[in-house]
This record gives sequence, structure tokens and C-alpha cells, in this order.
Amino acid sequence: MNPIRKQRIYALIAIVVGSILAVYLVVSALSKNLNLFYSPTDLLNNDLSPETLIRAGGMVREGSIKRSDTSLSIEFVVTDFKNDLKIKYSGILPDLFSEKAGVVVQGYLEKEGTFRAIEVLAKHDENYMPPEVAKLMEQTE
Amino acid sequence: MGSPPLFFKWSSKILPWLLFISITVFIAGLLWGLFYSPTDYKQGDVYRIIYIHVPSAILGQSIFMFMAICGFITMVWRVKISGMLLKSAAPIGASFTLIALLTGSIWGKPTWGTWWVWDARLTSTLILFFIYAAIIGLHSSIDNKTKADRAISILSLAGIAIIPIIKKSVDWWQTLHQPSTFSLTSAPSMTPDMYQPLLLCFLGFYLIFALLLTMNLRAEVVIREKNRSWVSKQFLNLER
Repeated sequence: MNPIRKQRIYALIAIVVGSILAVYLVVSALSKNLNLFYSPTDLLNNDLSPETLIRAGGMVREGSIKRSDTSLSIEFVVTDFKNDLKIKYSGILPDLFSEKAGVVVQGYLEKEGTFRAIEVLAKHDENYMPPEVAKLMEQTE
Repeated sequence: MGSPPLFFKWSSKILPWLLFISITVFIAGLLWGLFYSPTDYKQGDVYRIIYIHVPSAILGQSIFMFMAICGFITMVWRVKISGMLLKSAAPIGASFTLIALLTGSIWGKPTWGTWWVWDARLTSTLILFFIYAAIIGLHSSIDNKTKADRAISILSLAGIAIIPIIKKSVDWWQTLHQPSTFSLTSAPSMTPDMYQPLLLCFLGFYLIFALLLTMNLRAEVVIREKNRSWVSKQFLNLER
């Protein structure tokens, strides 16, 4: 190959590799800080002040939802299947909020270990199916 | 085939066909997905925005990879038309990325409960949009178009690092955005009557990209070569 073209190819490969390396270094330096939320296990041993606004997330434990009869208050337990976190919230919940579904809550971790949420967001998974198929799968379970 | 007058000639012949096929597949895919696919067991009808959101997001990333390849060819072999291709593809890629961001936002409100959250997937896609904007801005700020082509070639090659970040963001970090439904290694986590229309939408969106790219490139070729004899000949013939 023409030596000038060869030289250009080397220069371009250097640009691409250099930029990927730079992005890799930034991303690995930030690593865990790029997570949107903490899992209950992450929050177990921490020295966060109760005034720090944080996000926690996980699955809503089956049978843990306790609604108030007179207000919008709700209590539920979020789990990462290793540890649990009790959440207190008062307000409107997203439509997809349910047991055994993922949630991300924003709020404050209180001294006694419960989480006072000011916002609840629902996660949805990557599975899509018609209602009939979902019913069939439930029956076979 | 790569010289501007030749490209203009053969693209004039295929353009009506491309126009017809791409619009037909695009509309068929959207009609199938939006009206004749089953509803989702959890999200109901709101999930149907997937038929616009996912193809746009995939296109936004594919077009960027296409541009990086064009950039490589422009820099190494100094092929004129590949620089024009790169320049013509940028606004289309930016538009598809913007559509993905907007439809994602519209989808997020009823399902997640928020229009926007700064998680890794959403933020990296927004960065991709900004890189597109930078490429468009850089090109229009340089008067010498050959030099402008080279400048955006380098920018698109350097920017390619964002693509694996977007792709893997949902696996590397905890995000609000769900992981991919489709992967090369396993079956899609979606029933066939849902993913078949989605595949047709992918094809439709890619064909629309091919159509828009051809139209943009034809315009670019004529603007760049406006003082050449083949252009005046071409348009004088049309007038007659």
C-alpha cells in the first residue's frame, strides 16, 4: 500500500484507540457513581447523613405493600434478594408500581434505617407479551 | 459509480423506486405495529411506542457508525463522495436520535412516572445527540468544504467511543431504563407476534434512511459542483 495512506491509517487508528481509551478511563474512574441508585445492600453499611438526597432501588417484596385507608400514605419493602429496605411514601404512584416489580425511589435514609421517599419511579423489564400468554405462563408456574 | 456526475445519473433512476419501496415498508411496519399487534400484559397499549422508539434509537447509533466508516475512507483514500456522504448523513442521524429521546420521554412518563432521569442510557444517548450537533456545526463553520469534510471525519472517528457506552450502559450500571429485549446471543424476550412487526419497522426505518441519504447527497453534490459543466447541462436539459 502507498506509504502515505498507511501513515494515515495508523494516525486514524491512534485517534480511535485514544478516544476509546480516554472514555474508558473516565468511565472506570466514575464506575459506581454512574449507577442511578443504591441497592439495599449498598445502603447497609454507609455513613450517609439523613439530609442527603439519594436514590435507592430494587424489587418490591411480595406481600409487603401496606396502604393507608385514609390517606395516600404507603409502606413497602424493597429487596435485592440479599437485604431489605423499608420505604415510606405519601403521594401518587406510577401505573406500573406493583409487587415483584422494580422501583427506584428518591428520598432520604433515616437514622433507624427506613427510607423516606419523596418520589417513586417504576422500572419495567425487557419482557413483552400479550395478556393471554402472560396468563398461560402464570398457570404453568 | 463514485464520481459525482455518475452518482447523480444512477441515483435519478433508482430514486422513484426507493421512494415507493421505503414509504410502503415504513407505513406497513408502523400500521402493523401500532394497530395489529397484541397489547402488552403489563403496559397495555402504551408499549406500542416501541415501534417508533427502538428503530429510531438503533438508527441513531447505526448512522453514527456508518459516518465513522465514511470518515475513515475520506481520510485515507480522500474519496470526495464519502465526505459528502458523511456530511449528508449527520442531520438524519441527529433527527433519529432526537426522535428516540422524545419518544422515550413520552414513554417514560406513563410507565416510569417521569419524563427524564439522568441514568447512564439516557445521558449517553443525549451525548450522542450533542456529538451529532457538533459535527453539523463544525461542518458549516468551515468554508472550504474539503477541509470541513476532513474535520468532521476526525470528529466522527473520535466520537465512535460513545457507541459501546450506549449499547452496554444498561448492563454495566444500574439504570431506570430496562436492558435490551434483543440480543445476538439469545432469543428476543418478546413474543413473535410482537417482534415481527418490529423487524418490519427496522427495515422500514433503514429504507427511509437510505431514501433521505440519497436525497441529501444529491443536493450536496449539486451544490458542491455547481460550477461544473455537468451540472449546468443536467439542469438545462431538465428545463427543456
